[in-house]
Order: sequence, then structure tokens, then C-alpha cells
Amino acid sequence: MINFQFLRTSIVKTALSLVAKDPKATFIAGGTNLVDLMKRGVTAPEKLIDINQLPLKQIELKNNILHIGAMVSNSALAENAIVKEKFPLLMLALQSGASAQLRNVATVGGNMMQRTRCGYFYDTTMPCNKRQPGSGCGAIGGYNRMHAIFGTSESCIAVHPSDMCVGLVALDAQVVIAGAKGERKINFIDFHRLAGTTPEKDNNIQKGELIVRLEIPVNNLNKNFHYQKVRDRSSYAFALISVAAALELKDDVISTVRLAMGGVAHKPWRLVAAENFLKGKAATLANFEAAAKIAMEGAKAFGENDFKLKMAPNTIIEALTVAKAKA
Amino acid sequence: MSEIDNNQSGDTRRDFLKKTSLFTALSLTPLTVLKAADNKVDERFAELFEKIPLNLKVNNKAYSLKVEPRVTLLDLLREELDLTGTKKGCDHGQCGACTVHVDGARVNSCLSLAVMNEGKSVTTIEGLAKGEELHPMQAAFIKHDGFQCGYCTPGQIMSAVACVREGHANSKEEIREYMSGNICRCGAYPNIVDAIQEVKEKGTAI
Repeated sequence: MINFQFLRTSIVKTALSLVAKDPKATFIAGGTNLVDLMKRGVTAPEKLIDINQLPLKQIELKNNILHIGAMVSNSALAENAIVKEKFPLLMLALQSGASAQLRNVATVGGNMMQRTRCGYFYDTTMPCNKRQPGSGCGAIGGYNRMHAIFGTSESCIAVHPSDMCVGLVALDAQVVIAGAKGERKINFIDFHRLAGTTPEKDNNIQKGELIVRLEIPVNNLNKNFHYQKVRDRSSYAFALISVAAALELKDDVISTVRLAMGGVAHKPWRLVAAENFLKGKAATLANFEAAAKIAMEGAKAFGENDFKLKMAPNTIIEALTVAKAKA
Repeated sequence: MSEIDNNQSGDTRRDFLKKTSLFTALSLTPLTVLKAADNKVDERFAELFEKIPLNLKVNNKAYSLKVEPRVTLLDLLREELDLTGTKKGCDHGQCGACTVHVDGARVNSCLSLAVMNEGKSVTTIEGLAKGEELHPMQAAFIKHDGFQCGYCTPGQIMSAVACVREGHANSKEEIREYMSGNICRCGAYPNIVDAIQEVKEKGTAI
């Protein structure tokens, strides 16, 4: 690992100004992804600002909105009593990600900021537009079994690897971001980007800004919910396909529905058209199948990941079926 | 300098060194680095030699150290403190051989920069036994033959102790799920699960 300067602060403003004024400086939180990327030479920041001392570790329910500090660990969030009771879908998504060791260290903000696990991004001898803009995409026409089927571009077909983020996008979370001019709030669905012609940008946070907390409005989706993750082994593997599903049922009629998918796009993929179809309809297998078909409109595979065109709708149907049966 | 608790000046001791003491640094600099300087490879030499103070406890023993920022907790334990019980497997957070406890929580020491553990208390496999008396989890691994080559075992045992303490050892399925961050290439998994289940069911405080 190339050596770097290391600074530590317990003040948010100081952390912001240290990164804002130095183009080669970056924040480090848990470091479970960043340290790995630095070891492999994928990234080489000259200065790390350690933000583990920042006072951003609270989980609080205020006016029916759950506030989650950006420095809360993935395991602390999954074990939190309010999350278990009111947002069990988020708990399931968190528990299906990484390992117990990694979840103890990885933070909420860091989970959102983690980079893709595309093999071409990690292999510095290979072309990758995300790592080195303009060098080409090795995955298009290459090994692309793990890759995207929605929202792809000619420059990048990588997927965002998070499970937590799939749960959060389904729960209509908001992201609070601090910068030199104060705080701003954006919808979770607008935080991550599609690759387009700028795959080097994973999200819409600006240099010198920092995620400080998440806010999730309380809902009635804590009875009929499921997080279905399909992967190469039964634990500790990234998703081939994952689906977050939550239903609010009145006499088996769907009054509210949330659906989001992971392992399919450059960002957590909310299935808005399928939700609109299901709303007001009976929670039947036939309707779940029709919704899955709608969700797959526009999907495009790249050879090795052709199987996702079948696996994705099947996983949507399975997640909805399990969610419905939970009552 | 690694602590900044005001934002009046972003200048650190390191910046000060860079601005004022370049010649001092150069006079102490080995030839290879001077060559690098000629090639403008790195204008940060003052930093390359600067180690950061680090105070931490390992197995209840206090250490006051100076380490380069890039040193991982794993390398600090093995290379500096001669605690070679903690193993380097993949070195990328994928195998769990390097698992230690930091302030009671199991972590992959290969992905933790040592300097991020200021003021923390680390427990390694060397810190589990009480003298000649094995920790109950160590004894259970031997009884159930929970290993073959033994390379993953220190990480397995540290993870297993945490798994029981966390309350995630209530069934074979739960143990398998919560031990998934520890890979055993010899495939001793069924025996590892048996060992953990026995320690859990005995109910002794560990």
C-alpha cells in the first residue's frame, strides 16, 4: 500500500474542510472497502481523514421518522430494537450482507459509498471506465456473470453491490448530506447514479460533502415483508439477484407495495412500474407474476448474465409470495 | 500530528515539516528516496518517515507505539508485536483467518488500519487461554476435531467466541450463518459447528 498522511478529527466541520480543500484527501470510516482498494492499487489517496470519532452514531425515532447516524455500524443498525420492530425489511437486508466481522466495522455511510465489485474495476491491468475513464469496459464482451441488466450504458455494466441500500430505497429513505454551505437532503433513490457516460461517478455526493444521517419515515410495512437474496453460496456472497418486497394488505388487497432489486443495476433498482400495477389489486400469484413481467421490461443481458433475465422475475415472485404468507 | 480538534488552521505538524524541514529530511534520506525525489515521484518525503503515535491494549497489555499509517492491525500484531497466532489468509477481508476482537467486537484485522485503533483494546488468540488452561472454545475445537491443517483455526475460534457472546449460536443454521465470514478450506465445518454448539449449550460464561 502506498503510504499516506493520516488525520483524525471529532468535528464534522473540520472533517469537511480538510477534504474540501485537498483534492487528494478522502474520508475513511470503517475502511472495509477503501483499505482493500488501496491494497490493490485501485485507489491511492494521499491523505485519509479518519471520521470514526465524529458524533454520528445515534439511532433515534423523532416525529415518526427514524434518524440513523452515518457512522452507525451495519451490525448495530441490524440489532437495533426500533429497526427490528418497525423496519424489519432493513434488518433482513443488513443481515444478508457481508459477514459478521465486516458488519461490525462497516458503517451506514460507508455501505452507501462502497464501490462495485466488478472484477475489471479491481484488476488494475484491465480496462475499466470506472477506474480509469476512457480505458474501455472489460466486462462488455468479457466475464459479466455478476453484471447489470437494467440501466446499462456502453461504458459500464457494473452493479452496486449493497444489500442495505436495496432495503433503504424500498423504504423511501432520505439522505442528509453536510457540506460547506450546510446540510441538504435528497431522496435515497436519487443518491446513486446510473453509469451513463460518467461511470467514475457512483453517486451524486460532491467532493468535500459527507453523509451525516439517513431518515426513514415510519410505515405499515413491518408485517408482510421479505428480502430474498440469490447468490452462489448460502451466505457471505454478493447478490446475483436480490429483492426487497413489502406489502400492506387489507383483506388480501394490496394498499401499499414496495419493491426494489439488487444485483441488476449501477444503483439500487426500485420497481416503480410493478408497484403501480400491484397497488389496489389482490395479492395473488397471478398478479405477482404479471408484476414481475412488468418489472422486467427493458432488461438487457450481456451473455454470461443471461440467466438473470429468468432469475430476476422468479425472485420477485418468490419475495412477494413469502412476504404475503408472513401475516 | 494526527489529531485536529479545531478548524482555525488546517496545518499539521506534518505540513510544518514539509514547509520548513525539507533539508533536514533530505540529509537523513537514503539514496533510493533521493532518486525518487529527483524524478519528482514524491514530494511528501517528510511524511514517508513519519510514524504516528498509537496507544492500544493487546491482550490486556498496554503498548505505546509509533506506526506508519499504512500498517494494518494484522501486520502490527504479527510483525511488530510478534503475536503470530493471528493468521494472514487472503489479506482482503474474504477469509476471516485474521479475526480478532476490538473492544469486544470481532473484526477482520487485515482491513483495519492500526492507527484507527487508538485507545482500543484488542484480543487475539494468544489472549484467550488462562495460562495453561485452554479457553472452553479452544478445548471444544480439540474435542470435536474442528480443524485439519489449523491455519484458519485462530480466526475460527475468535469468531466462534464472539458468535456465542453475541447470542447468534442458537441453532446449527444460525451458527453457520454467523460463522460464514470464516472460510475453512479443509472443510471442517460440521465439527466447528458442533464445537460451537456444545460451548453454547453448556452455558458457561465465556
